[in-house]
Amino acid sequence: MKFGVVVFPGSNCDADCYHVIDQVLEHPVTYIWHQEKKLSGVDCVIIPGGFSYGDYLRTGAIARFAPVMDEVIRFAERGGLILGICNGFQILLEAGLLPGAVLRNESLQFRCHDVFLRVENAATPFTNRYRQGEVIRFPIAHGEGNYYADPDSIKQMDENGQIVFRYCLENGESAAQANPNGAVGNIAGVCNKNGNIMGLMPHPERCCEEILGNTDGILLFSSLLQWWGFPDQKRVTA
Amino acid sequence: MFEARIHVMLKKVILDPQGKAVKNGLLAMGYDCVDDLRVGKYLVLTLNTADRAKADREVREMCDRLLSNPVIEEYNYDLQEVAP
Repeated sequence: MKFGVVVFPGSNCDADCYHVIDQVLEHPVTYIWHQEKKLSGVDCVIIPGGFSYGDYLRTGAIARFAPVMDEVIRFAERGGLILGICNGFQILLEAGLLPGAVLRNESLQFRCHDVFLRVENAATPFTNRYRQGEVIRFPIAHGEGNYYADPDSIKQMDENGQIVFRYCLENGESAAQANPNGAVGNIAGVCNKNGNIMGLMPHPERCCEEILGNTDGILLFSSLLQWWGFPDQKRVTA
Repeated sequence: MFEARIHVMLKKVILDPQGKAVKNGLLAMGYDCVDDLRVGKYLVLTLNTADRAKADREVREMCDRLLSNPVIEEYNYDLQEVAP
């Protein structure tokens, strides 16, 4: 299974994602520059965190129109696997590949610390190695992660299993004090209806090795490998 | 040439924490009649065309596609003919 990490001017988690795939997961990975018009045969596209195009206008708004995004959208429509982390999530929201939008954190603070997350849907290509309802710990680092969608959309997403992660306390309770940014329903990560596209604000790539003190993130990446290996799976290569 | 002056604001149903913080600043300064404050964006765009209908159509399209996010924001603009 081959991975591609998209690089925009201002991406700053691209090397972390590349490192995890290459050194921890030990799978082929390539960088994809934002000016590229091809995805060079990858099986999964990762859109990493950072401040693409300085986050001018709105987070992800300008990156969404980069040349590579036409290919990403085509790949998405064919059922290709796409993971957006932090700014990558914001770009997928701006591109309309995922429902909703993000607003400035309610506290107006840039929040940089660990959070607990409850796995709300462990049946996606991105979460099948977690247990349903499992509580995990990922770091966050963002100023605009306050997820919003209107109540009707939230209801539909809930029914479709599109809410993948919620911020929670260590005991799994999704209380207000566990919410770092004011996100509606404590939502930290969502997927599309088809399940092939997921975005989340927390950073799984920053917690994949013992030396970093936390390995909760590696199961997200190895879920993709497991899913890719399932028999009767619809595998799409760019 | 035309000049479009565009205001982009968060929808009324959406909380504006930035506006709230600025409002609290004004209240702290003693402006105790301040009731509500919302922060938005003001964009000034000039268009190199003599065709008002085309300018209007394109400004609307640019607002819908990039300058605002219809999930969370609304916009309005006025369009004036200006000397090149």
